[in-house]
Amino acid sequence: MATEALGWWGVPLGIAAGTLRGSAPFLFVSLGECLTEKSGKINLGLEGTLLMGAMSAYAISYVTQSPWLGVLVAGLAGIVLGSIHAFLSLQPKVNDIAVGIAMIIFGSGVAFFFGKPFIQPVAPQLPALEFGAWSSQPQVQSALEICPLFLIGVAIAPLMQWFFQSTRWGLLIRAVGDSPDAARAMGISIFKIRLLCIITGSFLAGVGGSYLSLFYPGTWTERISGGQGLMAVALVIFARWQPMQCLYASLLFGGAQAIGPALQSVGVTSYYYLFNASPYILTLAIMIVTCSPKRTLRGAPGTLGSSH
Amino acid sequence: MLNHYHWRGTLEAVCIPIAAIFFSLVLFGIFCALAGADPLGVYASIYKAAFGSWFSFQNTLIRASPLMLTSLCTALPAQLGLMIIGNEGAFVIGGIGAVAVGLAISSAPPTVVQLAMAISGIVCGGLWIGAVGALRYYRAVNETISSLLLNYVAIALLNHLVSGPMRDPSSLNKPSTYPIPALDMLGSIPGTRVHYGLIYGLIACAITYFLMRRTTFGFAARTIGGNIRAARIAGLPVGKLTVAICFLAGSCAGLAGMVEVAAVQGRANESLNANYGYAGILVAFVARYNPLAASLVAVLLGGILASGGILQRLHSLPDATILVFQGLVFLVVLYSESLYGRFRVFQDQSTVRRPPSVPYVPRPTSL
Repeated sequence: MATEALGWWGVPLGIAAGTLRGSAPFLFVSLGECLTEKSGKINLGLEGTLLMGAMSAYAISYVTQSPWLGVLVAGLAGIVLGSIHAFLSLQPKVNDIAVGIAMIIFGSGVAFFFGKPFIQPVAPQLPALEFGAWSSQPQVQSALEICPLFLIGVAIAPLMQWFFQSTRWGLLIRAVGDSPDAARAMGISIFKIRLLCIITGSFLAGVGGSYLSLFYPGTWTERISGGQGLMAVALVIFARWQPMQCLYASLLFGGAQAIGPALQSVGVTSYYYLFNASPYILTLAIMIVTCSPKRTLRGAPGTLGSSH
Repeated sequence: MLNHYHWRGTLEAVCIPIAAIFFSLVLFGIFCALAGADPLGVYASIYKAAFGSWFSFQNTLIRASPLMLTSLCTALPAQLGLMIIGNEGAFVIGGIGAVAVGLAISSAPPTVVQLAMAISGIVCGGLWIGAVGALRYYRAVNETISSLLLNYVAIALLNHLVSGPMRDPSSLNKPSTYPIPALDMLGSIPGTRVHYGLIYGLIACAITYFLMRRTTFGFAARTIGGNIRAARIAGLPVGKLTVAICFLAGSCAGLAGMVEVAAVQGRANESLNANYGYAGILVAFVARYNPLAASLVAVLLGGILASGGILQRLHSLPDATILVFQGLVFLVVLYSESLYGRFRVFQDQSTVRRPPSVPYVPRPTSL
């Protein structure tokens, strides 16, 4: 391992590299989830969407040899799953969390079903932008190989923040999420707004899935998502439903995920799995500290989690 | 009047799920046809593998018993209006707890060891979900999210323990704990290959049904689920009941983990994390949180799970086919939730409507 040359410096570098590499899927799913939750619904099924996106992107990239087409198709797959989720969760008396779990099972089932033949072959990957050419250290160079898709995600975050704060459509979505009665009085179709939000959110999650299979880790396996889609829900709570904070939270979670492997590379292996669980423990700890029975969470859409 | 007040409602509660399952079978048939398999052949194979013979039905029952127990982990808190999906975590923690105790006192007589393992599984799983209930009540932490997060913590803990502190050095490819001595393993019900876990599952379902429907404890819990403010005004100890029900729920899933370890696997390793928890959520939903119905649905789903191998062998469909089927059933059953009350046939003329449920809020909140 070349990391040995760097000694313990390899640990922060490894974490930094892991952050730049591993936070993109978190970013896409959390932005998608943020959009969905702003409209007052929860989509727990993004795990299935992520897997479906990863599989379809890899398959299309392999068949057509065009990774960007794969990204597009992953988004389309997200739209399809999102439509199913939206249709079901917007029915009266249907629990959106339950639909989410069903969509995890269904989405991952379909992804594994069609993805089986693509586990072996090697598909063309997304290109990387080399920001590390100035350094002589190969580790630094590889750490700064950044996927354009990640940069797109980073650009979407402030855009979405602006969208919610300063546009009419953003206001409508917030109205639907916070006070459906007021929205109805304004003459807005709650069904349509939520439908569009869930579908667009699912589109983003599908694109996030394509990052998994086409850049990092860059293969298609059945364990590729590792619960990152489920984390989206926790991340959005962590980020207080603010797109910009989703970006910071994704970087933090991506970094936390890299602690285990980074320590392993310098020979600390004993707590590998516990370090891998650190994002979950962190989220839980933050929820315990910030939640209070006396008030609802600051920033939470008013109707979230209710059957309104 | 009161005597024949229920039958149309009962008919509705039976007809809609059955119709939903049939509809999902049709959808699944279309999916198989599109994938190039003969749908009727697939149905026949699933039936044969699940219920076709005594031999295969025993397989089904073996898979059904953990599902009965894990489904209670969602079904019980649902009576309170809580949505807990930490079944997988409680299952894994129960399994670890059972192995730890079983290995620690393996010199004791087998009955004692088995009992201690069961108690350990129950307590570990119970504390795991009980904590979720306590966080919900005292800190207003969303129970769905926290139980979901705890699933990952539990799995990480399992991987940590079996690859480190509790590892059997001779397990090279797949880190595992030391095996539980064969003498201490749960046996089979005489005359069958089905282990005693099935009995545990059936008893647990019956007890919880009785507890929730026929005791004041259950009535209090259902009052909280129906209208938490009314329950608080009536002076019910909402916090204690929440934690107690969550503890019971977790202990059922923990017991399932113990059964899986002590009757099937014989040791704890990553195979413990075999989705029995998530499938249990499905069972609870399809059964509409009714513990007795859950035991039947568990057998049905156990049959579906048992037929995974035969689809691969006979129809060359990938093993994920069963996952697709499971997902379809789940989605259609959820859709059918919105159909209750829509058909006039099922409407009683003089039914007293249940009041709409108030969402679970630990205390009156203000924004």
